[in-house]
Amino acid sequence: MDVQYFFELFLSGLTRGSIYALIAIGYTMVYGIIELINFAHGEIYMIGAFTGLIVAGILGTMGFPLPAILVLAVLVSMIYCAGYGYTIEKIAYKPLRQAGRLSPLISAIGMSLFLQNYVILVQTSDFVPFPSLIPEFAFLEPIAHIFASSDFLIVVVSAVLMAGLTLFIKYTKMGKAMRATAQNRKMAMLLGIDADRVISVTFIIGSALAAVGGVLIASHVGMVNFAIGFLAGIKAFTAAVLGGIGSLPGAMLGGLFLGLSESFGAGYISSDYEDVFAFSLLVIFLIFRPSGIMGKAKVEKV
Amino acid sequence: MLELKGVCTFYGNIQALHDVSLSIRKGEIVTLIGANGAGKTTTLMSICGATPPRRGEVLFEGRPIHTLRPDRIVALGISQVPEGRLIFPEMTVMENLELGAFLRSDTAGIAQDLDYVFELFPILAERRRQLGGTLSGGEQQMLAISRALMARPRLLLLDEPSLGLAPIVIQQIFAIIRKVNESGTTVFLVEQNAHQALKIAHRGYVMENGRITMEDSAHALLTNEEVRKAYLGI
Repeated sequence: MDVQYFFELFLSGLTRGSIYALIAIGYTMVYGIIELINFAHGEIYMIGAFTGLIVAGILGTMGFPLPAILVLAVLVSMIYCAGYGYTIEKIAYKPLRQAGRLSPLISAIGMSLFLQNYVILVQTSDFVPFPSLIPEFAFLEPIAHIFASSDFLIVVVSAVLMAGLTLFIKYTKMGKAMRATAQNRKMAMLLGIDADRVISVTFIIGSALAAVGGVLIASHVGMVNFAIGFLAGIKAFTAAVLGGIGSLPGAMLGGLFLGLSESFGAGYISSDYEDVFAFSLLVIFLIFRPSGIMGKAKVEKV
Repeated sequence: MLELKGVCTFYGNIQALHDVSLSIRKGEIVTLIGANGAGKTTTLMSICGATPPRRGEVLFEGRPIHTLRPDRIVALGISQVPEGRLIFPEMTVMENLELGAFLRSDTAGIAQDLDYVFELFPILAERRRQLGGTLSGGEQQMLAISRALMARPRLLLLDEPSLGLAPIVIQQIFAIIRKVNESGTTVFLVEQNAHQALKIAHRGYVMENGRITMEDSAHALLTNEEVRKAYLGI
């Protein structure tokens, strides 16, 4: 067995998995609180990438240095996408909160289609080149052929964001309110927690994380188009289900698990079947362990 | 302190409360007794804003509150121990208590109230790092009461605190309710366990099919022939 090849696949799986995890967090948090699969979440990621592209273009012509462009592109994209996430919830989901589960789901699919077509309209339907914003790190030079600077940055940034989010959820007042709302919305309300605010914050955080993923991956891959959110979104959703939807550590673990499975599957079996691995995993999990890796089977007490 | 005037509450098209009027004076323990499905919980939900009344008024210290959002009503000083306790099972005892004080920002006062509830229920202090879901039913009820007290309410609403508990635990819980009342908190107690409730209450209301059918001092209700037959099983 070729050890170097193994590591190459492992590291590329890690990069992929980090991005899946970042996006999966948005799915799982929203599901945890309002039991909705926000199908428009992948589009937020795509809009994040486009926002990064526009910001990078503007700052590039103004002669900003590369690291500054990267940081600003990510920050602006986070803020912009947070605004999108917030607005989408208010427009497409909040009015349907009393309407059962199917209506908001259909509304989410509609929102997803709307956002894709909106981007086609205001941008283009073609692939657009994305500038390489990630600087080369000198210390990675010896292994740059298997683990590039962009891989490294994606993994590190994702890890830092996920650690930060975990601490936020565990220790801050808002984090506790979010957990309480997820565990029992009615009781949270009786304690004076404003569910609308918690839901808004959930959408804002999930969208901002997806935006980071969008900018970083676009810079890594070198191009964007209106449809990238669809596949990434479905993969991240798969990751959330694998990990146990509603569970934050589950989303992170599920993302890495999916990324690594895809990478090894593509590397050792056939890269033609890359997507097949992901969705086969989804089917296998849905049949044999529908509650996911971290999720608990729901016990209805009587 | 709290007054309901002609409250009518609906679930969809089904009317659960018909013209309910009652009042609770400052410092009292008032109980609402009645059979399962009589509308007792709905009465509480109409007070706390979870299912606002379609007609009628809820006045707290003279001010109408039936149009306010639940979180605003909590902020006014009404907190609730709901039916079934509704502890957050995946959070520690400490976190459950902290959430009780969610709307408060007076750190010193919160710490003081934490000491107070740990003094009322020393077992909770021992279990403060344990997850809520791992507590026994009685401990969960103690936690639910403590969590409500952490909001430092002026009016405490209790929904069936005796439900599913062992008789000895019920005694203990009711003794604490009385103690909380003696330290100045007004209590509105909804119970199926009419005997226990009437023993600690000052006044009581009887509810049937969404209507108040009787109102008297707790002592008078305890000795009332009809109440004894219907609710005390004597």
